[in-house]
Amino acid sequence: MEFALALIVGVLYACGLYLMLRRSIVKLIIGLALLSNAANLLIFTAAGLTRGYPPLVALGAARPAEPFADPLPQALILTAIVIGFGVLAFAMVLAYRVYQSTGTDDLDNLRSTDT
Amino acid sequence: MTNLLVLPILIPAMGAALSLLLWRSRALQRAVALGAVAALLAAAGALLQSVAETGIAAVQVGDWPAPYGITLVADVFSAIMAVLAGFMGLAVVLYSFATIDAGRESYGYYPLLQVLLMGVCGAFLTGDLFNLYVWFEVLLMASFVLLALGGERAQMEGAIKYVTLNLISSALFLAALGILYGIAGTLNMADLAVKLRGNSEPGLVMAVTSLFFIAFGIKAAVFPLFFWLPASYHTPPVAVTALFSGLLTKVGVYSLIRTFTLLFVDESGRTQTFLSAIAGLTMITGVLGAVAQYDFRRLLSFHIVSQIGYLLMGLAVMTSAALAGAIYFMVHVVLSKSALFLVSGVVERLRGTYDLKALGGLYAARPWLAILFLIPALSLAGMPPLSGFFAKLALIQAGLTVERYVIVTAALTVGLLTLFSMIKIWTEVFWKLPQGDIGASPAEPQLTKSETVQLFLPIIAMALLIVALGLAAEPFMSLAQSGAEQLIDSRAYVQTVLEARR
Repeated sequence: MEFALALIVGVLYACGLYLMLRRSIVKLIIGLALLSNAANLLIFTAAGLTRGYPPLVALGAARPAEPFADPLPQALILTAIVIGFGVLAFAMVLAYRVYQSTGTDDLDNLRSTDT
Repeated sequence: MTNLLVLPILIPAMGAALSLLLWRSRALQRAVALGAVAALLAAAGALLQSVAETGIAAVQVGDWPAPYGITLVADVFSAIMAVLAGFMGLAVVLYSFATIDAGRESYGYYPLLQVLLMGVCGAFLTGDLFNLYVWFEVLLMASFVLLALGGERAQMEGAIKYVTLNLISSALFLAALGILYGIAGTLNMADLAVKLRGNSEPGLVMAVTSLFFIAFGIKAAVFPLFFWLPASYHTPPVAVTALFSGLLTKVGVYSLIRTFTLLFVDESGRTQTFLSAIAGLTMITGVLGAVAQYDFRRLLSFHIVSQIGYLLMGLAVMTSAALAGAIYFMVHVVLSKSALFLVSGVVERLRGTYDLKALGGLYAARPWLAILFLIPALSLAGMPPLSGFFAKLALIQAGLTVERYVIVTAALTVGLLTLFSMIKIWTEVFWKLPQGDIGASPAEPQLTKSETVQLFLPIIAMALLIVALGLAAEPFMSLAQSGAEQLIDSRAYVQTVLEARR
């Protein structure tokens, strides 16, 4: 299971980076989305997978019995997904405004502020 | 007492919320913003005083004991940074009154400014790496909108580069967090500091270290990751540029210093060699980029990069004297660089352009403005008795003690080149005769009395502080020294965090 997820993470990173190297702003944003999803999946995988043992604390016990699935990475991912969603929404509005004010979605034409 | 720690985050949050409620009234938004940043500065000052007197303070938000809850922690270094954030907020809000147009003001300029300050203070005060990521996102979102607010074509082009590179940095940061959690099972910095010592997987830790270096390096604009900065920082209104230059890259440097002194301490010294190479290259490429520029703000933007190199040099040398130099340099560079940006804004207001070739004759027209430029400019170049001299002296002495001659040579050369580009601005903007037909040049726009106060008061305050930091360097230096010792010897930090209650 870890191996399959690791493979997916790698493929997501590769696709994300490839899309970000393209000249179209839309592809750039899709690439960003893939990159943040890859990072989320990486957290999930790297923290260790435990299947079928929810972290439920038995009545009277102080902590769940070993082994149990660590809930913290999932809380982290949840936070990261929400942040990623907000950022993605902003990036899409920005891309649209860039297109409106410059009339192009080709990154190679956006060089007037470079030095 | 420990409640002081929450205030630098809470005050801007309340200010932003209140400003949003007063959406229709620009005058009230201004008043709220001014009150909030003044309160922020006062709270941060009180925090610094309490930390300097009683040592590191920590508080567990929600009373979840460390390492499970979110820890806020302030040592001398982070308290100094919070004070700087408060001061920059106050200066920029005042300056914004005279320079930000009504359109930007009525679309949420002041609430955004306060959200940005909240994110910055949160990043300085948090004791948890994931929480640091969240604060980074808070300040980034606010900075994205501040950069793009107004919607000019140049702003849009700058914003797309700034947003893309900062989002890549965030994605790398998040990936590094995931792997680190997999290694250590915690993200509380104090807890990590304990668990990473003598770790069984040095290769994996090294990989995480490099991911963190790249993530923070993009935000701090170090060589070769700085190209987004000169491409975007000159596009928004100058008040925004001054705030960004004063605080945002410094958050990146702060995070680098915090993680590399607390978590990723490398006994073999390879990290230090690597860091000092990067520091030297950052200094040199930044200053060479500046030499080629003929736009006031672009030139200053390249100097931001070059000064980041000095801060990194303090981290690369990694003795308590060097870190004290870096802390002192941080205060110096925030003041000097922002003062220069604010002066460039006044020049633009008077003459309508940032182009050095089109400017001229301002020394004859406005001698006081010329002097207000000269103080931070000479300080940046490292002239005694201004703050920059002592900052560089401390760094270079520290470098010489541990015999790192290459980086010391680079630092001294870059000082000369900095002086060269400051003199270039001086001759082009202030000394040479006005360009074109003098009789035909349009009359200077008249500044009203309140505008004059709003434009010049922040610059005068910064110039006075620069002189004060230079003339009375001893108390500031000893404060920086105590901050540096807390960074070098992290036991007190770890102990305070892990034992703190409530």
